[in-house]
Amino acid sequence: MGRGPGGGLMTDMVFRRGRLLLWGGCLAAALALPLVFKGGFVISLLCQMGIMVVFALSYNMLLGQTGLLSFGHAVYYGLGAFVSMHVLNLLGKDGGPLAVALLPLAGGLAGLLAGVVLGYVTTKKAGTTFAMISLGIGELVAACALMFPGFFGGEGGVSGNRVVGKDNLLGFTWGPQIEMYWLIVAWAFLATVAMFALTQTPLGRMANAVRDNPERAEFVGYDTQRVRYLMLILSGFFAGIAGGLTALNYEIVTSETLNAHTSGVVLLMTFVGGIGLFYGPVIGAILISVMQIVIGGMTHAWLLYFGLFFLFMVLMAPGGIASVLAMQRTLWQARLLGRMLPHYLATAIPLLVLLAGLVGLVELAYALLAGEGATAGDAASRVLGMDLYLRSPVPWAAALAVSAAGAAGLYWIGGRMKKAWHQTLSTLQGDKA
Amino acid sequence: MSAPAIRLAGLKKSFGASEIIRGVDLDIQPGERHAIIGPNGAGKSTLFHLISARLPVSEGAIELKGENVVGLKPFEINRKGLSRSFQITNIFHNLSVFENLRCAVLWSLGYRYSFWQRLAGLADARLRAEAVMEDIGLARRRDTPAGILSYAEQRALEIGITIASGADVILLDEPTAGMSNNETEEAVALIRRVTEGKTLVMVEHDMGVVFGLADRISVLVYGRIIATDVPAAIRCNAAVQEAYLGTSLNHD
Repeated sequence: MGRGPGGGLMTDMVFRRGRLLLWGGCLAAALALPLVFKGGFVISLLCQMGIMVVFALSYNMLLGQTGLLSFGHAVYYGLGAFVSMHVLNLLGKDGGPLAVALLPLAGGLAGLLAGVVLGYVTTKKAGTTFAMISLGIGELVAACALMFPGFFGGEGGVSGNRVVGKDNLLGFTWGPQIEMYWLIVAWAFLATVAMFALTQTPLGRMANAVRDNPERAEFVGYDTQRVRYLMLILSGFFAGIAGGLTALNYEIVTSETLNAHTSGVVLLMTFVGGIGLFYGPVIGAILISVMQIVIGGMTHAWLLYFGLFFLFMVLMAPGGIASVLAMQRTLWQARLLGRMLPHYLATAIPLLVLLAGLVGLVELAYALLAGEGATAGDAASRVLGMDLYLRSPVPWAAALAVSAAGAAGLYWIGGRMKKAWHQTLSTLQGDKA
Repeated sequence: MSAPAIRLAGLKKSFGASEIIRGVDLDIQPGERHAIIGPNGAGKSTLFHLISARLPVSEGAIELKGENVVGLKPFEINRKGLSRSFQITNIFHNLSVFENLRCAVLWSLGYRYSFWQRLAGLADARLRAEAVMEDIGLARRRDTPAGILSYAEQRALEIGITIASGADVILLDEPTAGMSNNETEEAVALIRRVTEGKTLVMVEHDMGVVFGLADRISVLVYGRIIATDVPAAIRCNAAVQEAYLGTSLNHD
């Protein structure tokens, strides 16, 4: 890192220009995507992605930045969604497209208020205690959702209509899904900029300090409880904005938005993306949203794949996708990436073979279970686009053979990659010293 | 005469049935360099934990610059101008050297919990952190994560964080523990430099450091101070030799 004294400012400026390019590029990509992919399916997917990006980033304000593992973050998201929906319905004919566009702010305020009330209890302690209390509060609020159907709408939830009145705002009525997408992009961009800016403030930095070493933070004058509390309130605000967007997007809010499953999904998204870097949750939110909708639409075994993928990430890349990318960037800057690329590509082949074999096994098993008691044994079932007889050993043997071949290849080629990886790492460290 | 920087009166601390600090009375004057020595298990670190509010007091009084501080929280005591280091390095591991020091100056410069100001725009915080970084000789490690510094560098950073806020009462808990002779010499010079004009209280095992730095020395044995005096007098105090050096020799 041959950075001389005084070089800090120069690099800061270059860094800032690079950052502006990156932000601009992301915004441009978000705006261009629906022009390239025109299908309604893709637009819905993009909308979901935008909402989840805000939600996951708000979650990482707790997990990555303050070191608070929450099992109940959906509470702030869900309450934001419900309050937004009620405000939308209250507005009725009096509201217009402008009020609708600002509605996520109501969700944000609801999330903020929920943070003020609930966070006061949860942030008294950090660590395991915080995790447990957040779980308890999450269950409490989820239980309330079923106990007070007047506000939460019971099983059916609360629905509304985002097209209010006859006028428009600069031509937008928010009726068509694509218009909703523009609204989501605007809010997601603003919220992301705000959350990034927050990491560059005294509170944001002290949150990192409290995460790293709460005792030391106390002995440099900071009330760690207050730091956690403030971060949770602000995180609740952004989660509430995401909730408001989801209310507008789907025009229905059910109790599922604030239950433990939603809290779990945002945790997994954030973790898979990477909690150590600001943009990690963005990657996680986009990837998991795509997987959820695309793979979830193809197979009933989606949750199983999701679980396995999460397991794989925790074991192989605990820093998330972002940390893997950051590592490649370091290699690239040291001109060492070229050395690793052939190994990556070579390893990808047996990995894909193994994946194909495992998917085959899982799908066969699911088809067998689903068809149990029906005609499973006698007629052909449709698995992965093929008509297969599930009682015949042939498809099973084939899937098993493919898996075994993949595993063997991975063992051999992956071992070589590992070796190359360690060599490259030691070269990298040799350069630095 | 002004109030003592620190006054301990009848200070006691028990853990369950065992009494670790058994009634300590001590006045430390502003600007004094005071060392607390004693055999292992005498309660030196516990005494520090009591003064800095890391542990609650069982009985007795602690005054900081004439003000009773018993029952305050660590961050409240820190805001009153007392700062401490730890025997086991206590830094922000994932933050860079610069960020560590900047975190240490934010409160004292009045930025509190601000989330509406950009850190990069706070010139006073940057300059103060850079000055301390220069002082402790870590300027060339500015952007290195504190967790991967060498041991001696981490100890220097620990002292840097402790003094960065400009507190006028500094508590150092074994600042040279585990250092080589060379590193110890540098650390002593550093401590001397950065505590100029401040009140310094330190726990230290290295007698060279103690006798080289301290204006006065207190000897703590089994939770009681058996002598407080200038180094020369401590050296030839019969009770100290018997109690402290005696056990130390036996121990060896």
